Formats: sequence, structure tokens, C-alpha cells
Amino acid sequence: MLDTTRRVATPEGIELTLHLAGPVPRALAWAVDLLVRAVIVLIVSVVAFRLGTAGYGVALLTAFFVEWLLPAWFEVRWGQTPGKRALGLLVLNDDGSPVRWPASLTRNLLRAVDFLPFFYAFGLLAMFASRDFKRLGDLAAGTVVVYQPGKIRPHEVPPASPIAPPFVLSLADQRAVLDLAERSASLTGERFAELAALAGPLVGGLSSERAVARLLGIANHIVGRP
Amino acid sequence: MKQAPFEASRGPEWDAFERFLDARGKDAGAVFPPAELPQRYRRLCQSLALAADRRYSPDLVDRLNQLSLRGHHVLYANRSRQTQRAVDFLLVSFPSLVRREWRLVAIAAFLFFGPLLALIAVLQYFPDFAYYILGPREIASFHEMYNPANHRLGMRAADTSLAMFGAYIWNNVRIGFQTFAGGILAGIGSVWFLAANGVIIGAVAGYLTQIGYNETFWSFVAGHSSLELTAIVLSGAAGLRLGLAVISPGNVSRKAALVAAARPAVRMMYGAAVMFALAAFVEAFWSPLAEVPFEVKIGVGVAGWAAVLGYLCLAGRARGAG
Repeated sequence: MLDTTRRVATPEGIELTLHLAGPVPRALAWAVDLLVRAVIVLIVSVVAFRLGTAGYGVALLTAFFVEWLLPAWFEVRWGQTPGKRALGLLVLNDDGSPVRWPASLTRNLLRAVDFLPFFYAFGLLAMFASRDFKRLGDLAAGTVVVYQPGKIRPHEVPPASPIAPPFVLSLADQRAVLDLAERSASLTGERFAELAALAGPLVGGLSSERAVARLLGIANHIVGRP
Repeated sequence: MKQAPFEASRGPEWDAFERFLDARGKDAGAVFPPAELPQRYRRLCQSLALAADRRYSPDLVDRLNQLSLRGHHVLYANRSRQTQRAVDFLLVSFPSLVRREWRLVAIAAFLFFGPLLALIAVLQYFPDFAYYILGPREIASFHEMYNPANHRLGMRAADTSLAMFGAYIWNNVRIGFQTFAGGILAGIGSVWFLAANGVIIGAVAGYLTQIGYNETFWSFVAGHSSLELTAIVLSGAAGLRLGLAVISPGNVSRKAALVAAARPAVRMMYGAAVMFALAAFVEAFWSPLAEVPFEVKIGVGVAGWAAVLGYLCLAGRARGAG
């Protein structure tokens, strides 16, 4: 399968599939965040400079908080900064749990090094060198940036009278049958018959038409149609 | 049990769990009391295990998996009640941590104070040496800031205290963060920032002392020096902790060593950041006061050093580990 997915099991028996995000979406998320930060600092500065030189202090204080602490706060509160939200990314610990302050601050403070020697060169090198697209901050914090899991949509299987499979199917096999049945509408009849023939023992010795019908029946059984 | 009756009997429970997660926060209590979350979460995990084991439809298994996953995230998310932990951290954990890492703190202090004190000494005998380190414009601006004729010390005439506070936070804390972060490059960054800052601060101090701006310069820096210089040293020590994990990971992989080292290191940075912030406050609002006599300023400075060192050496000894 794809090499940008990681499977993590929790003690409760939940299996998480993490879809790691590469440099491009992360750079775009960073650009959005930069824009958000710039707008915040700009608005505060415009207001603050009406106060005279003291406003300079207020603007710098804002810049400091927005640069160093705000991203960490966003990540701890929601798991994502506004830019990551826009790109559908999420920061998680290596074990798939949500990040807390220490990890989030570590990765955000270490951005200072990822930026070196110019424009995130070290960060990019580290991402290419590590298996999980980790920049140096992620390496030290033990975090990964992943795609946010989308909403799960039940399979739409064309109705047919359900047929119980001749033997117990594993979860992966069940998924394969369902995925194929769902695609039946978008495949030509011949191609679908070819693919159905690959199901081996499930359709063994049947003509292609009957193999297709049988596979659709099994799919209907799997989704739990009576 | 067939899938349909299983879904019928447990479905309402899953729906309630989903509504709880969707409500997120204030309205969630209306679905069920938050205290029930762990128990309901365990029952959900049991449903998931059963559904997967009995080979129910993948759609059901996926739904339960996703629901458990979201529950997992809510259950293990950041805990509240931070105030007590913050107080505990400052009174016990932070000073204990600094004492536990005393070797790295000592090395960082040597790297920083070594060049600083050496330059102060050298510049008393070879004043022109300052021009190797500081540019003419910087020197001119220091002349302006510490001129004994000023009614405010350490700043130019037009600056206000609040503006300076912002500038100190922005500038000094950033230096601290850089000193820490540079440590991941096998410690080189931390060593560099420690030594470079030591050189620059030493050069300024040595130069201004030598040209006779003694009273203005030392009465300005005395108040905040203890907090600020200690904070730089601690940032450097935290960075060296990272660097050490990269250079000598011991029995584990470099990555695992780095993750393990980052925990105490970033905790040390919390403390250092608080010290930087306090230092910036003192530097902006107390240090520039020219009307306070020189002796008082120096007295406060010495008291500050005693307080900082006493705090780091003694605080939390009764309750802390080290």
C-alpha cells in the first residue's frame, strides 16, 4: 500500500491509520499561518500606534506572542493552527494522541532551527531524511503532521439478494469486496467481470455473469442487508 | 448475535456518544454528564472489539473505530486546572530540574560568563579592542544611551518604558529561544549563541566601564542582570541537553534519545522564559530610573543575584526529588 500511512494501535484496541502530510501541504499551511499572523500584528499595530511610542511596545509584544506562543496554543487547543485547518492537517504525537503543551512548544520553539540556514532548509532536509516527514522540531517533540481523517461514508452497494460467503472473510477481504461492488456502476461490464474473476475461491468455477451476480450478492450480505 | 440486533441494542449508546463529541464543550453536558465519558468510552471500545471479532460489516467497524478514535482524543486531551501545576512547577519542579542538570548549567555558565568576564578585563587595558567587536554606530548609540547627563538610563530620549518592555521581550526571549533551539545541531548552536552573547555583553560592559560611564551603565544593568543572564545560561543548558542526546544517545536510537531529552529541556525553557519576562519588566520599569541613587541600584542588583541563586539552589528541596 501507500508508504505515507502509518498504523498505530492504542491499548484500547483502536487502530489508527495516520496519513502523513508531506512538505508541500505543510508549506502551504505555513504560508496561510504567516498571513494570519501578519494580519493580527498589522491590526494591533495600526490601533496601538495611535498611543504614540508606547504602541511600539504593544506591537512588539503582540508580535512575540503571535510568533512563538499562538501556534502552540492553537495546536494544544484544537490540534491545528488556522493554516493547518485550512489545509486539513492535524498535529499528533507519534502514538496518535493529541499533542499537549510540552510537545507543541518543543516543535514550535525548534522552528528557529528548522528555518536555518535560510528559508527552512534544515527543516526540509530533515523531512526528506526521516521516514515520517519530520522536521527537526517534530523529531525532538515526537510529533507527526497528518491529514485530518475525513467523515466516514457508508458503502453504496447496488442492491441484490444477499448471499452468504462460503467461508468466513477477513475484514480486509470484506472491504475489498465492498469497494469493488461500489465501483460496479463506473466499470464496464467486461472489466467488472474480469475483476470479479480474481476473487478466486469466492466465485470458483462460475461463468463471468454468475460470478458478478454472486459477488454483488456477497457484498449485499456484508453490508448487512436482510 | 446477528449484526442487526447488535446495532439495535447498542446503537442509541453510540449515537449519544457521537452527539457528545459533536457538541464539544458547553452543550455536551446535556447529552450525558462528562464524568461518564471514561466508562462510556470503554463500552464503545468493547463494542468495537466485538464488531471486529464477529466480522460485522466493515462500515460498522469503521464507524466504531472512528468514534473510538475521537473519544480517545477527547479523553487524552490536555487537562485543565493548570494554575496549581504552574505554581508547583515554579516553586518545586523547575529549581529541582536545574539542580538535576547542574553539570550542563555549569558548562553553559562557563561558555557565557567566560568570554563576558574576559572581555571586561581585557578592555580595561586595551580599550581599542572594542572596535573589533562593536561597530562605530553601535558604540555611538551606547554613548547616547548611557550618557551621565541623561535623566533616563539605557534608552534614547524618545523611548517610553512600555515600548522598551516590548522590545526587550521580543529581542531577549528570542535570543533565549535561539540559544535553546540551536542545541539540536549537536549543541553547536547553543555553544555559539552563549559565547557570542557573552562576547557582545562583555564588550559593551568593558567599553563603557573603561570610558568612565561606570555609574550609569552599572546602575542600569544591576537590577535585571541576575534574571536575564541566568535565563540565557539556562536556555543554553537546555539546548546542550538536546545536543548531548544527538552526540551521545546512549543505549537507544538518536531519535528516541532526542525525544527523551526534549522533555526536561523544554521544561527548563518554561522557567527560562518566565525569568526573561521578569527581567524585561525590571529592565523596562526599574532599571532606567536615574533618580534612584547608585548605591540602591547596586544593592537591589546584589539582592537580585542572591535571590535568583538562592531560588535555584534551595527552592523545593523539601518536596522535590533533587
